[in-house]
Amino acid sequence: MDSIKLHYDISATDFTRAGAASGDVKRTLKELGVSPSTIRNVAVAMYEGEINMVIHANGGVIDVEITEDAIKMVLADQGPGIENVELAMKEGFSTAPDNIRCLGFGAGMGLPNIKKYTDEFQLDTEVGVGTTLTLKVYMK
Amino acid sequence: MENVFHSVRLDDEKCKGCTNCIKRCPTQAIRVRGKKAYIISDRCIDCGECIRVCPHHAKYAVSEHFNELVKYKYRIALPAPSLYGQFNNLDNVDYVLNGLKKMGFDDVVEVSKGAEFISDATRKMIEAGVLKKPVISSACPAVLRLIRTRFPNLIGNILPLFTPLDFTAKLARERARQQTGLPDQDIGIFFITPCPAKRTDIKTPLCYEEQNINGAIAIKDIYPVLVQTMDKLRPDELEPLNDSGIIGVGWASSGGEAAGLLKERYLAADGIENITKVLEELEDEKLNDLDFIELNCCTGGCVGGVLTVENPYVAKARIQRLRKFMPISCNSLPAAFDLDELSWTKELHPSPAMKLADNVIKAMRMMTELKAIEASLPGLDCGICGAPSCRALADDIVRGYAERSDCVFSELRKHKNDGEWMPAPFRERSSSPANAAKGDGYAHDFVHTFLKQEPKNQTEQEKGETT
Repeated sequence: MDSIKLHYDISATDFTRAGAASGDVKRTLKELGVSPSTIRNVAVAMYEGEINMVIHANGGVIDVEITEDAIKMVLADQGPGIENVELAMKEGFSTAPDNIRCLGFGAGMGLPNIKKYTDEFQLDTEVGVGTTLTLKVYMK
Repeated sequence: MENVFHSVRLDDEKCKGCTNCIKRCPTQAIRVRGKKAYIISDRCIDCGECIRVCPHHAKYAVSEHFNELVKYKYRIALPAPSLYGQFNNLDNVDYVLNGLKKMGFDDVVEVSKGAEFISDATRKMIEAGVLKKPVISSACPAVLRLIRTRFPNLIGNILPLFTPLDFTAKLARERARQQTGLPDQDIGIFFITPCPAKRTDIKTPLCYEEQNINGAIAIKDIYPVLVQTMDKLRPDELEPLNDSGIIGVGWASSGGEAAGLLKERYLAADGIENITKVLEELEDEKLNDLDFIELNCCTGGCVGGVLTVENPYVAKARIQRLRKFMPISCNSLPAAFDLDELSWTKELHPSPAMKLADNVIKAMRMMTELKAIEASLPGLDCGICGAPSCRALADDIVRGYAERSDCVFSELRKHKNDGEWMPAPFRERSSSPANAAKGDGYAHDFVHTFLKQEPKNQTEQEKGETT
């Protein structure tokens, strides 16, 4: 089956470039004629994931695969990992440091939002090793 | 095709086929072929950026000539509030309005009057909670066209109300019908416009069926005659025509519409690049805590329109001064007003101009090819192929509008022999390590490093300065 693969390296704590990867995916999906609501779900989920990598994990890599029926995103980092997944999934919970909150980030909506906007959500994390998010948004 | 009429045109004779306009077009709607620029019709949003940047004045906006007035028995001028900022030392708007009448108009209705009704209606609708937040202003026709072309997901957030101009035209026509008893074809309504997109919107409205405006006259065209006429007016012959206040006239510059809503949670952005950034963030749901978003395509708002004569910041300062003598607002909707009276009569549809193909599988195949072509191009974005960037050329190639061999530098690189002339971006740097760029992005000795010439001795003048 045909698929389009996109790869992005996310650099650490560079807020000026945060969102560049999700912006590029968004533009690609628009040119493919994907429905606006699907594009929004992908853009929101991927942006949140991208920002998480910048804030918490010293950057990472994102691989996107677009097929006829879904957009799959794998966001992998070698950051600190998540100690309490249940807590991290709660709206409003955040471990972001104060300097990040000053920038308007760290409202504790990252992971819950990602889950809300995706059709498949898998979180693999190990403290001290890293976190991998595997997400899927179906084409609607 | 639905949107075939455009106000922005090209004067073939003046066009030199340079790259200025293709680079600045926000929808990448311009290509150069055969030494002339071409506008891709279904991508053009009539913003007028190309008019602004063309050094050869080859881009222009068509508008009605003053002679058009003779076709009608009763003529009405609808001056945009930005018109008031074009005159030096103006302290009373009535000079402008009486000047228009003296020039040959039978009636003058200020667009700022209609604006005050729209401000009131927007306030009421936001309070009633019937709009999807954040509400995006619908007043700028280029913004409307930008959203339907590049941000179709946001169509549902656009304020579904008449623009101040369209509502003013409706009021003016009703008033003329009552006062004159003339049939519609004898009543000519003309907008005095700062903006080519407004004229496009008059000819091919996206959100209404009703047509109340017969033409648009550019501010820059009417200005010379109007100034002369105004100079001859005596204070005692001024008819009191001004019927709008601070809120209505404030619409002339960026932030005016939003301020008129008397709410704090708003954002006002202007300039095509800035509004594109705001729309990107809005699309990613990052601005959900705002009530209202005002976007103006031109820098400074409508005072920055390409058909004005005065610098937008000067015009804004003058309007600020004028507003000092005005009441807050002169117009509001009656309590039992039916909002349908000023609501869109047609749904706004997305424009598929950027889509590669109708079928997703076909589009994906084209995208794969596009990415491969893009990777093989030099990435200079030089524009010599006639497309604004290497990415746009790759896009054109897969759509069949261009060929790979259109990239001059790829072709040159293929055939490069030692000593053969290469364009500057492809030349090797000088091998001398002492003179190579120091790795910080600065060419500390540009001449020697890149042009392979010995550094010239200090000029006499420089010597003089150092001693």
